[in-house]
Amino acid sequence: MTPRGVVGAVRRRARLVALVLALVVAGAFLLALSVGTAFVSVPDVLSTLAGQGSDDTNYIVLDRRLPRALTAVGVGIGFGLSGAILQSLLGNPLASPDVIGISAGAGTGAVVAIVVFGLSGPGVAGAALAGALGTALAMYLLAWRDGVTGYRLVLVGIGLAAILLSVTSYLMTRSQVTSAQSALVWLTGSLNNSAWAKLTPLAVALAVLAPLTVAGSRALDLIGFGDDTASGLGVPVRRARFGLLLCAVALAGTATAAAGPIAFVALLAAPIGRRLAGGGGPALLASALVGAAIVVLADVAAQHTPGLPQVPVGVLTGAIGAPYLLVLLARTNRGGHGG
Amino acid sequence: MVSTAALPVRRAARVWWWLGGAALVLVALSAVSLLVGSKAIPVATVLDALTAFDPTNNDHLFVREERLPRTLLGLLVGIGLGLAGTVMQAVARNPLADPGVLGINAGASFLVVVGITVFGVGSLSGYVWFAFAGALLATVLVYGVGALGREGATAVKIALSGAAANAAFVSLTTTVLLSDTDAFERFRLWQVGSLAGRDGEVLAQVAPFLIAGAVLAVASGRLLNTLTLGDDVARGLGQNVALARVIAGVTVVLLAGAATAAAGPIAFVGLAVPPVARMVAGTDHRIVLPAALLFAPILVLVADIVGRVVARPGEVQVGIVTAVLGAPVFIALVRRR
Repeated sequence: MTPRGVVGAVRRRARLVALVLALVVAGAFLLALSVGTAFVSVPDVLSTLAGQGSDDTNYIVLDRRLPRALTAVGVGIGFGLSGAILQSLLGNPLASPDVIGISAGAGTGAVVAIVVFGLSGPGVAGAALAGALGTALAMYLLAWRDGVTGYRLVLVGIGLAAILLSVTSYLMTRSQVTSAQSALVWLTGSLNNSAWAKLTPLAVALAVLAPLTVAGSRALDLIGFGDDTASGLGVPVRRARFGLLLCAVALAGTATAAAGPIAFVALLAAPIGRRLAGGGGPALLASALVGAAIVVLADVAAQHTPGLPQVPVGVLTGAIGAPYLLVLLARTNRGGHGG
Repeated sequence: MVSTAALPVRRAARVWWWLGGAALVLVALSAVSLLVGSKAIPVATVLDALTAFDPTNNDHLFVREERLPRTLLGLLVGIGLGLAGTVMQAVARNPLADPGVLGINAGASFLVVVGITVFGVGSLSGYVWFAFAGALLATVLVYGVGALGREGATAVKIALSGAAANAAFVSLTTTVLLSDTDAFERFRLWQVGSLAGRDGEVLAQVAPFLIAGAVLAVASGRLLNTLTLGDDVARGLGQNVALARVIAGVTVVLLAGAATAAAGPIAFVGLAVPPVARMVAGTDHRIVLPAALLFAPILVLVADIVGRVVARPGEVQVGIVTAVLGAPVFIALVRRR
């Protein structure tokens, strides 16, 4: 194939993958609106969404299930994008807000709010966001030495994550079992308290941050080839890196504030999305959609799996995303184009 | 202008000073670890307990039964974590690779929880075998999936399958813990990572594995040197890459499994010590490994001693203190480079 033909094939594949993933997310979304203690059939769900539901379905679908499902989608997109940005920006497949301290910062903020100040609701969300942003700022400043490099950011992030996780563990061992367990629920990530009112900040943040990320995606692509190559091609590397980092942290931070640091979504969504889309770039759209699919499906499974106690969504995101990534790794390997 | 030939020689001399100094510090710390604790015991009594042991003397008993095994365990656990991290970072060619991030600790934790809930295990010496089995299970899974296919295990595939295994094990562990308050209560104390209350029995259980793993690790310096060059170059140099990875895997199971079994998951040591060892010793793993072997137990012993002293009469677990003390030093070192 000619180079142009290869590029075309990669683009077509990426578009097809995005379409299929969007259908998967839509299907999971309808499933989330339909199943539960009171089952609502999919046609009824659709007519309710179109504004022609009965009082019952209006209450169940629009008031109870829709905010939760929308939060799940939004949170999944936020974590998926954040992971994809960080992994490309830092040039490391293990980089994600979970590993380099952003989630740890949010977690420490929230646990301090819960265990020390006895807060709940918006107070905890605010503390989490503040924790994430504060950690990112500290990471950037500490890694700054005549500019920052991905390697130094990663190592400083490890250090900060270690400190923050220790503070969190210390607070957990020194507190009452019951408040420690409710802190554990928060730290695992939960959508139980989703409501229309709490959806607004998440939606606004995504509406601002997603276009900014898309605007930076070309720079992100080129930084992947090395700083010198990128600046040779006209990318203001330092500014672009700072801006993209800020986007990634703000995405992870708002998602965490909405539902807790739902584990592993950011870490797993991007490699899955990249492998599905092919082409080697950051695959932002595919990663965002995979993130949304993981969170929505994990939440349905966490609420309604027969024989399992109702658990927070973050418990199952690992169980749902990880086997899929393992299978994908094994399969691409056999095809010979893994790695 | 310095001649280029003189540089490696000077570097080598400097490295030997570093290693010698670290060895001396380690000896001194071991002595401090025997002398200092939440209970005040005079120096002479400690010396007597070691040289002229009197089983009827409570202070002697305390030194022999509590501080001696604890100090030895701190040394061994530190060595295990530091070497395991160094080996994993070399194999995965990634500064984020360590037994914590790649699921080995999570596998150990998961089987400990299974031990608590399913088999009703309640003692530290009972946890040991479950933790060990979990580390083995996780390593086999990570390597197995990473190595499927004809090109074998690449660094990126090992990193990703490790991340996925970690996610799966943490998910499973949390599911069990959230539905069982009693198990959660026992597990959260183990999970922080501590050297307290580990008696001679735990030490005797894990010491053979840690020593065997350490010997294997230090002997595999040349092997890791070729692996870090990338698979193609390693193969070109006549290295059997798959065999090298299996040896590295066995080393990691022995070291990380036994260390986690004895002290719970201590995350920071395995991540932070290898980069520091590389800063001092360069890229040659025949020197990096001994450096990690000396630096890691220094961190663990200092953390354990400080943890005993800061909150008398209580203690702060070593897993917490390693990070709180070690991370600022680590960040400062990273900034200097």
